[in-house]
Amino acid sequence: MFSSEAIRRVRADLRAARLGALAFSVVLVAACATPGAVTTPTPSSQPSTAPSASVAAGPSCGTAPVELNAYFETGFDLPFKLSEEFTKQFPNVTWKISQDQFTNLMNATPRLLSGDNPPDLIRLPTMVSLVKDGLLKNLDGYVTAFGWDKWPAAQLAQNRVGADGTRGAGSLYAMGLNYSLTGVFYNKKLAAQIGMTTPPKTVAEFEGLLSKAKSAGLLPIMVWNASASGGGLAFPLQQLMAAYGPTQPINDWIFQKKGATIDTAANLTAAQHLQQWIQAGYFPTDANAIQYTDANARFGKGEGVFIFNGDWQDAGYDKDIPGNAGFFVFPSAQAGGSVAAMSAPLTYGIATKAKRADCAAFFFNWVATNEKARQIDVSVGGSNPGGPTNLAIPPAAAGSVINETLAAGGDVAKSNGAMDFIANATGSIFAQGWTPELQKMVGGKQTADGLLKAVQAEYEKELKQ
Amino acid sequence: MRTLPLRRVRRQAVVGWLFVLPALLMYAAFVLQPVVLTVQYSLYRWDGVGPATFVGLSNYETVLSDPNLLGTIVNAFRLIVFFSFIPVTLGLVVASIMRRVAAGSLGTVARTVLFLPQVIPLVAAGIVWSWVLSLTGIFNQLLTALGLAGVTRAWLGDFDTALPAVGFIGAWVLLGLCIVLLLTGMTKIDPALYESARLDGANAIREFIAITIPSLRNEIAVCLTVTVIAALAAFDIVYVSTGGGPGLATMVPGLQIYVLAFSARQVGLASALAVALIVLVLVVILPIQRLGRGSVE
Repeated sequence: MFSSEAIRRVRADLRAARLGALAFSVVLVAACATPGAVTTPTPSSQPSTAPSASVAAGPSCGTAPVELNAYFETGFDLPFKLSEEFTKQFPNVTWKISQDQFTNLMNATPRLLSGDNPPDLIRLPTMVSLVKDGLLKNLDGYVTAFGWDKWPAAQLAQNRVGADGTRGAGSLYAMGLNYSLTGVFYNKKLAAQIGMTTPPKTVAEFEGLLSKAKSAGLLPIMVWNASASGGGLAFPLQQLMAAYGPTQPINDWIFQKKGATIDTAANLTAAQHLQQWIQAGYFPTDANAIQYTDANARFGKGEGVFIFNGDWQDAGYDKDIPGNAGFFVFPSAQAGGSVAAMSAPLTYGIATKAKRADCAAFFFNWVATNEKARQIDVSVGGSNPGGPTNLAIPPAAAGSVINETLAAGGDVAKSNGAMDFIANATGSIFAQGWTPELQKMVGGKQTADGLLKAVQAEYEKELKQ
Repeated sequence: MRTLPLRRVRRQAVVGWLFVLPALLMYAAFVLQPVVLTVQYSLYRWDGVGPATFVGLSNYETVLSDPNLLGTIVNAFRLIVFFSFIPVTLGLVVASIMRRVAAGSLGTVARTVLFLPQVIPLVAAGIVWSWVLSLTGIFNQLLTALGLAGVTRAWLGDFDTALPAVGFIGAWVLLGLCIVLLLTGMTKIDPALYESARLDGANAIREFIAITIPSLRNEIAVCLTVTVIAALAAFDIVYVSTGGGPGLATMVPGLQIYVLAFSARQVGLASALAVALIVLVLVVILPIQRLGRGSVE
């Protein structure tokens, strides 16, 4: 009696369980397709078709109401101010702006671009893998339509990707809203204390100043090197690299040219100098725990004679130490040698499947050529607006460090010393290579030679993926 | 034993399943499917968007051979000491003291204060602690005031102290949870047990070892389970306070999976590490579960 009852119950349960199991298996079967096979977009060998008919008529935002779907980087006012001004001039264009931290944006970009509502305009991280996956719109059609090919070629070079996946030449996949420059900011008051009257002409002279600052009881260089912000020591390291060697091999490495290596004799000298600086106590002892914003806040409060940073921070320094912030391009090893600087476009791209690509491209062209937009580029962004050579760079406010960074940009251009940033070589070389290895160097756990070898090994590992 | 007509039994079963069905579907879609997908992805080399290549078990070989990836697992085990052993041990001591001396409103206040960290979002806790533990933070100020200026440092940025510092934050968060769980367990212990022990001349420590701990086996098992999982699958506190640095000193599997999947875009390798982490958690948790269950039977 008991057993037959139990069996009946079990049977009934089993039948019902089958229903449930069916629901499960539907989900599971759906899960078992090869990942990516369904959603694979156009392969990179077939660049997305360039805008055809609309381009011939001149791409624009038209007159009908348009909403641009944009992703901006949190903490930087420039794109927001530009979008406001754009709507003022073209009232039919409104904006749906989403924003996120750059590191989060970096991680989300592939999915945003491949999603159902792809952005018309998005702040881009390293772009080669995005191009390989066919996620970024090929802008070659716009280059001819707007005459961007008549601009200085170097402006667009960093945003070009070749068919073999190397950057620097090939089709255009992104545009810069402006072109930033890095170098050395200094606190004029503190610099005067250590007897610095003019910017140093050689690395040796700069090192002399560091030593003087140290013996005067000042912190020579403020830096950030915590993981969340990324290793800011990569800034002085790359400047030293360019001081002791040519920029071409560095750019080749960043652009993933075949056989490129970061482990060169010149770079070893550079890394050794950086290590000496660390050992001499030229950086804060808690560098590995300092975030980007903290480093700038502390510099703004007078801690540190120098800080290696880019002109995007101009407005911040002007506010913190008004009239007291100076800037120079990092000197070369020999007096009179050519100078170099990390100089990168503030890169924005258009999704392959973007609905308002023409309007977004028109916005790019407007930013580089419209007088008001160029003014915003300079006074809010602090950087060179680029664009055609016949347009003058708008002036910044008197006494602003922006004037010094803009002038320095001219020097770097003259010596053809523009480099991309070594942190941009691959998607995670910064997080997995430079940052941890530089932190180890601060902690006395990595040598100059070991640093370069470890980063090169990580680079090759990532390229193999 | 009451017998029910067969039809009614069937109907009851179907109705039962119908009640379960919505939850079951959610569970299948949002828990089981991701797990199955993760196992599947772990067999491919895939950047998350483009075409995927089947690579068999090679991602698992990488997980087991790459010293950096293995290092994250070692770090996770070191975190167990801070996330698990310290809160549970300290929790037992604090709870039994509270039960003995802090009854009434004082006890309530103490319970609330100690439980508070559990209510604060982990991200906020991570940010606040990174201020407290910074070179110029309150902790170092306190040390300096006590004449210990020599040991001050950026606790989260120093290779030797970063992992213990992260562990300390975790212990602070989880201590309250353990205390509340253990206190609740203690209220169920028959006071007569203590009374007879006292009659036999047992002191407080003897009572604690002979009565409190054995009676709390279940609660201790739950505390251990929750905290060990928190240690092995740690992410938020580490991500906010150190980001895995300095070097890879505080890199844990959860954070490494995130970096691999989203910044290195090696979804296959990230999935393999995730599967390894699931297996690891199960291997560590199952014996603890048996410990808890053993006391019931």
